[in-house]
Amino acid sequence: MPDLHLTEDRATDAETAAIDAAIAAVGVDPAIVFEADRLVRGGVHRKHDRRHALLPALHALQNTSGWISPGGLNHIAEVLGVPPAEGYGVASFYELFRVDSAPDHDESVIHVCVDSPCLATAEAKIAALEAEGKHVHRSPCLGQCERGSTDAAVFIQGRNGPDSVPADQPDELWELPQRGEPQLKLLRNIGRIDPTSIEAYIGAGGFTALAAAFEMGADKVISEVTESGLMGRGGAAFPTGVKWRGVAEAEGPQKYVVANADESEPGTFKDRTIMENDPFSLIEAMTIAGFATGATKGFIYIRGEYPLATTRLQIAIDASRDAGFLGSGIARSSVDFDIEIRRGAGAYICGEETALFASLEGFRGEPRQKPPFPTTNGLFDAPTAINNPETLLNVLPIMLEGGAAYGGLGTERSSGHKLFCLSGAVARPGTYEVEFGPTLREIIDLAGGATGEIAAVLMGGAAGSFVGPDALDMPLTMEAVREAGTTLGSGVVMVFDTDTDFDAVCIRLAEFFRNESCGQCVPCRVGAVRQHELLVRAADAAPKMVLNGEVQLLAEMDLAMKDASICGLGHTASTAVRSAIDLGLIGSPS
Amino acid sequence: MTAVPVTLTETTVTISVDGQNVTVPDGASVLDACTAAGVDTPTICYAENLTPVNACRVCVVEMEGSRTLVPSCSRAAEDGMTVQTDTERVRHSRKMVLEFLGSGTDLSQAPDILGWMADYGADPDRYGADRETMDEEVKVQDNLYIRDYDKCVLCYKCVEACGDDAQHTFAIAMSGRGFGNRISTEFDITLPDSACVYCGNCVAVCPTNALQFKTEFDLRQAGNWREEDQDVTRTVCSYCGVGCNLELHTQDERIVKVTSPNDHSVTSGHLCIKGRFGWQYVHGGADD
Ligand SMILES: Cc1cc2nc3c(=O)[nH]c(=O)nc-3n(C[C@H](O)[C@H](O)[C@H](O)COP(=O)(O)O)c2cc1C
Ligand code: SF4
Ligand code: SF4
Ligand code: SF4
Ligand code: FES
Repeated sequence: MPDLHLTEDRATDAETAAIDAAIAAVGVDPAIVFEADRLVRGGVHRKHDRRHALLPALHALQNTSGWISPGGLNHIAEVLGVPPAEGYGVASFYELFRVDSAPDHDESVIHVCVDSPCLATAEAKIAALEAEGKHVHRSPCLGQCERGSTDAAVFIQGRNGPDSVPADQPDELWELPQRGEPQLKLLRNIGRIDPTSIEAYIGAGGFTALAAAFEMGADKVISEVTESGLMGRGGAAFPTGVKWRGVAEAEGPQKYVVANADESEPGTFKDRTIMENDPFSLIEAMTIAGFATGATKGFIYIRGEYPLATTRLQIAIDASRDAGFLGSGIARSSVDFDIEIRRGAGAYICGEETALFASLEGFRGEPRQKPPFPTTNGLFDAPTAINNPETLLNVLPIMLEGGAAYGGLGTERSSGHKLFCLSGAVARPGTYEVEFGPTLREIIDLAGGATGEIAAVLMGGAAGSFVGPDALDMPLTMEAVREAGTTLGSGVVMVFDTDTDFDAVCIRLAEFFRNESCGQCVPCRVGAVRQHELLVRAADAAPKMVLNGEVQLLAEMDLAMKDASICGLGHTASTAVRSAIDLGLIGSPS
Repeated sequence: MTAVPVTLTETTVTISVDGQNVTVPDGASVLDACTAAGVDTPTICYAENLTPVNACRVCVVEMEGSRTLVPSCSRAAEDGMTVQTDTERVRHSRKMVLEFLGSGTDLSQAPDILGWMADYGADPDRYGADRETMDEEVKVQDNLYIRDYDKCVLCYKCVEACGDDAQHTFAIAMSGRGFGNRISTEFDITLPDSACVYCGNCVAVCPTNALQFKTEFDLRQAGNWREEDQDVTRTVCSYCGVGCNLELHTQDERIVKVTSPNDHSVTSGHLCIKGRFGWQYVHGGADD
């Protein structure tokens, strides 16, 4: 580590206190400065040093002062041994950290979602809030899309106090549309038991899957998961058993389990539904993952805009530890496993697994080239099983029913149950669980049917693609959607009726990628900007967007982004827009 | 385990480049293999003396079994790999990368990149006149070197040279996100206020002249930068006993900049403030 060179700016007492408390809370002693090895970019040498406390410290500073002040950053730099230029580089990466200047007020900041379906009502809402003198920030999808059909979603970033979501009703049980239906396996507890009570969870059969896992042994847990055919639900649909086997067999003194709860794919809110209303299930499933892979430490990386889920998970972790279900020798076994929560700070890209590791380690959320893969070189360069919360939840019925039985559900290539996030022009937006197999029409009907005439459905989120009404009889299985040239992605089913302004929807989709690209690689950093500019230009030129030769240019940009970008963000940044053109939703005169 | 016979395959790997088998040492990159096969590959963010960041993507090649193209600079060559370096797909992505860079960055002092742009038929003007560009003012904050981020391609080389690939000073870092990414000190404070020790290693690795010696900047401003009239003299730095090799670039018998050979075992191209900028005293003053 170099001797740090700091400017003369000093932290205020309040900043120092908040930062020190945040660092102490993640278990790094501010009094000791370790020798630290910095990330070697593109390489794999990272050390488990104190730098991973950077994000929590920045959160504390932002909350106290409303921005990342030079004095506050100097204090963090000194305590963590992070060069201030790098600390600034990290802070300026995240939407929730302000770095340009001190705010001229000491109030909360109201984040209003401007992605579909909130897009339709967002600007009116922002104008009204601003007229009241509120401090408003336009936000990408806040993961509350079931609320957004009628009223744009809101997240309040607190100042000297907690963050909050005004629509949350923490004292009431969640009104899940399918609440209590007997066929539910993933959502079975939701809206039925108090999510803050471990007794209620145990009373509903909690921790019996963990007991079953201990009974069968680590190796068999993995074979059961493999046999079930479980595929990851985070978007990439990778077989979970193969991933776990890879981690179990990888060499390394320390292994990790990470729950990827960054959930920022526009239109996705299923993980929030789970974490707010059944946090113990995620804890139990992660513990099974730790037992199976030999990992003794788990992290939940949760997006910063999910305050209720964060609180509930922390309650569940603490209660599980008190009851002996986390810590050393869990449930009177010789197995050690514990879980820590880390909050993101507003960056879609941090859901990409390698970007998530970088972010958690205290670096900018920039993905890295794979291979090597997380199974051997994951968090802190150690073997890591990283999974989506929904994926993990599937492990509970697999333990209880057996891999073969669970794998027998659904279709041959899409086994088990699946969550879908229904939003937009449907009567009852929300998270729905089905056994793989129903068609798109049946799933829309489950949500009470469309509220208007369907013009298109966005499948899989911003990284997915639009399908037209002729696709309504497509079964929502991995194989059928692939054949139809679309994707399930993270389970987004966003319905648009014929009143939709698709020019505006697609321009916003393009803007989303422009804003969320990490900017590391040229095809995506520049391509996403040029794509957005092109659509804006075409829309400005006529009452309705007309595309002629530009369609060819978009295709050329798309090909380079797909072929030459580092990560999935660049690979998919054009997919939805191009599908909208193919369907005639935008670009054709008429 | 019994002793395994040492065979050639343990220390070398053989890969196919455009149908030609080449054998390179184990640990070599696909780029090294391409070079060994006599194939020229454009590179921007890659440098021999820095850890590959694989950010620019201009060096991509097509690899059998890979869905996407692969950055040759940072992919280790493995036995049995088959790569193609001149397919339609490869040429397309390289062209687009160059075109994208040219559409947002002033590449007028990056002759290599301009050359590749011509080779690959890159046409940055396809993206309209009112497109977003780097749009930065030149930062002249001292008499040693200037930073003109209008010319920056965000290749991370200067960050690496300032950081743990050479200098370990960490005065500059990548900041912002997406197209707003910029190389910056904390809060964009001036270099003299920052941790910078003026080793100039960042200047030496910059591929676009975004970082340049103040002497060069002034001569260019005056319209008097004449590379064709310059001489390069190799010498050894006289300040201390390390023995860094210097290359003195002179024009009209005055030193206009100092570099250090990348292939030199002591410096790998890197120097300290004395070797890099200390020559100003040769002319009897801190400034010309
Ligand atoms: C831009 C981008 C964003 C992503 N966001 C998420 C996310 O929010 N949650 C998630 O589980 N996976 C996300 N992923 C996928 C992860 O990289 C990874 O594949 C996943 O967490 C693996 O878990 P699974 O196998 O259980 O699906 C994202 C990928 C990309 C390219
Ligand atoms: S594809 Fe985009 S998001 Fe992914 S690494 Fe490249 S610039 Fe970053
Ligand atoms: S001159 Fe040296 S210390 Fe200063 S920014 Fe460049 S590499 Fe870093
Ligand atoms: S200043 Fe030069 S070396 Fe640094 S990132 Fe920009 S182009 Fe690369
Ligand atoms: S030279 Fe290989 S990615 Fe830049």
